[in-house]
Amino acid sequence: MGKLSTTQASVSPPGGGIGAGDGNGNDLDGDTPPRPERSAARRELWRYLAGRISGAAVSMILVLFSAFFIFRIIGGDPVRAIGGDSPMTPEQRAEIEERLGLNEPMAVQFWEYVKDLFTLDWGESYVSSAQVTDLMWDRLPNTLLLTGTALILAAGLGIWIGARAGWKQGSFFEKSQVGISLTLWSAPTFWLGMIVIIVFSVELGMFPVNGMRSTRGVADGFWPEALDVAHHLVLPAVTMAAVIYAQYVLIMRSSILEERNNDYLTVARAKGLRDAVVRRRHAVPNAMLPTVTLIALQFGAIFNGALLTETIFSWPGLGLLFYQAIKIPDIPLLQLLFIFFAGTTILANLLVDILYRFLDPRVRRSA
Amino acid sequence: MTPLLEIDDLTITYRSARGEIPAVRGISFGLQPGDSLGLAGESGCGKSTVAAAVLRLLPRGTQVSGRIMLDGEDVLKMSFGTLRVVRWAGASIVFQGAMHSLNPVQRVARQIAEPIVLHEHISASAAEERAVELMTQVGLPTWRARSYPHQLSGGQRQRVMIAMALACSPQLIIADEATTALDVMIQAQVLALIKRLVAERDIALVMISHDLSVLADTCDQLAVMYAGKLVEHGPSHEVFGNAQHPYAQALSAAFPIVGDPDERRNPQGLAGDPPDPAALPTGCSFHPRCPVAMDECTSTTVELRAVRHDWQAACLRVEAEPTQPPAATPSALGVAAGPDARERDARAQERDAGSQERGAGDLRVRATSEDDT
Repeated sequence: MGKLSTTQASVSPPGGGIGAGDGNGNDLDGDTPPRPERSAARRELWRYLAGRISGAAVSMILVLFSAFFIFRIIGGDPVRAIGGDSPMTPEQRAEIEERLGLNEPMAVQFWEYVKDLFTLDWGESYVSSAQVTDLMWDRLPNTLLLTGTALILAAGLGIWIGARAGWKQGSFFEKSQVGISLTLWSAPTFWLGMIVIIVFSVELGMFPVNGMRSTRGVADGFWPEALDVAHHLVLPAVTMAAVIYAQYVLIMRSSILEERNNDYLTVARAKGLRDAVVRRRHAVPNAMLPTVTLIALQFGAIFNGALLTETIFSWPGLGLLFYQAIKIPDIPLLQLLFIFFAGTTILANLLVDILYRFLDPRVRRSA
Repeated sequence: MTPLLEIDDLTITYRSARGEIPAVRGISFGLQPGDSLGLAGESGCGKSTVAAAVLRLLPRGTQVSGRIMLDGEDVLKMSFGTLRVVRWAGASIVFQGAMHSLNPVQRVARQIAEPIVLHEHISASAAEERAVELMTQVGLPTWRARSYPHQLSGGQRQRVMIAMALACSPQLIIADEATTALDVMIQAQVLALIKRLVAERDIALVMISHDLSVLADTCDQLAVMYAGKLVEHGPSHEVFGNAQHPYAQALSAAFPIVGDPDERRNPQGLAGDPPDPAALPTGCSFHPRCPVAMDECTSTTVELRAVRHDWQAACLRVEAEPTQPPAATPSALGVAAGPDARERDARAQERDAGSQERGAGDLRVRATSEDDT
């Protein structure tokens, strides 16, 4: 939430600009703004960027530290999980602990963790002995495919429907869309996922139950394989989109409602523009500003959604990887994934703060 | 000559949660090309509603009856397509630009060019060139074309609104509180600009304000509204200097005499608030606040009466004393009771006797001057 407040705080009321004119409109001559105004604007931009980037860096350092402790606090016994069901002799146990470095005192382990951070050595998985970074890079494209599809679907449709619903306040359309959104929002992902599987896979047989590729029956070549993946993608993407969709509808609707009675919309109507053009050209660009912030803030929630959706549909992405790792717990893998999720969210917020300057000219001029 | 704008028995009723609220109750006036009319009144008297009605910008569900003839066509009966063509090209509105009338995320030149593109079907770049020309005409530097509204001062934003209103060369411009939020110096500049442009282009102007002095200075005719009705309508200098209706008197008396310390230390006000439109007084709506009200005023509905062939007022006393203003001395209007009220009254009467010809403008009776937004 901290990021949201900084973004909003930086939207200062109009009129705070560095006016080089005398304010009376008497500065008639010249086709270009006076020089001091432009260089001041540039200096301002760098100060703004430096502020945002240092803020993001502080958040990232906190994430790096907490990644170490969180997965040691949650408990669990990786050694037993690795050994399987068969009973272990104390010697075997000690040997595994030695290999994983779990016999060292916490302080030593932390020191090792910090040293590894600096050398970018993220360690090996407890289970597969593969480098955890390799495991992550293998799964990342699958997660990007799923979350990207769901995000575009949910945000695109949600913003479009939300803008229309807010514009026609009090109409049947608005009421029914808000109702649908709230219903979807309240539905737990795992429940919705199971319903979707039962109806569309088991009963109707339209889509595969789980996984990302068919094990057989698919011709070689790019297009048959792509089609097969797309076929598997439908249900998890729709499920995930359905859960995050509501927030875009509701946020867009309420920010349109806020803009709706603004004078500049009356002016636009008085100019003779069609109602739909007034909405598209004037209301939506202004109402988009809070929505853009939301999209970035949603990144955390999207990974959360990916974790549940991927688990239900056995989609081989980072969410499923995380789920499997936490059962062990496979600490090096968990640390890396945690840092990756958190880092992506921080980065997304940073990008939105910068993007905001281009969407809202008022932010460009204020500290 | 057919009038450019003819409003005939216009009645506008808003629907709200509190029931039906009559905002405008049967007003009529006409305007020839080149004419200028000032519409004055307190906040909530219905003057901005009239402006919005001319381009049919009222909220959905508002009841409108009567006629608004714009260049021979009834605005209220137009199809929506015709209406969109008439909007801005036939008549435009100078909105109060200092507030939120400009889209905060669009450059100003684009906003000025928007109606040109729409009504004249020319390319966006050609329209923006015209927009820059218009900005020069209203005294804005050309590099301001690429500015966003928040980068402009209040006066500059108001100039943008004026340039925007001129964009499609309409025959009628309605300036709705166009100078209200500006400080006095900028207000004078903007008024001079409006006056010049109206004269140059032979445009008809309806100017709406609560500030009678501004209107008297800018317009040929003045109309004073109270609680949704016209209470006085006539030539500016007569209505401002020699008002017949006690409310118009109170408004025009709201100007202090510069350099008179007694005036400054003893501001007087018109007692009471404008009536609640949902529960209007019977008879003449002004009678509860009127210093010269008679018993008859509480029961008789007063229509406009001719003071002269070009001058009307809606007061029962008008016919009784057609040559002289009603007996309302400005001091009688000022009911703000101070400890020295009696003394002040005595002084006022003395002075009144000495300067009858200066009319009601002598004394300062401050009408509510709050912003009409």
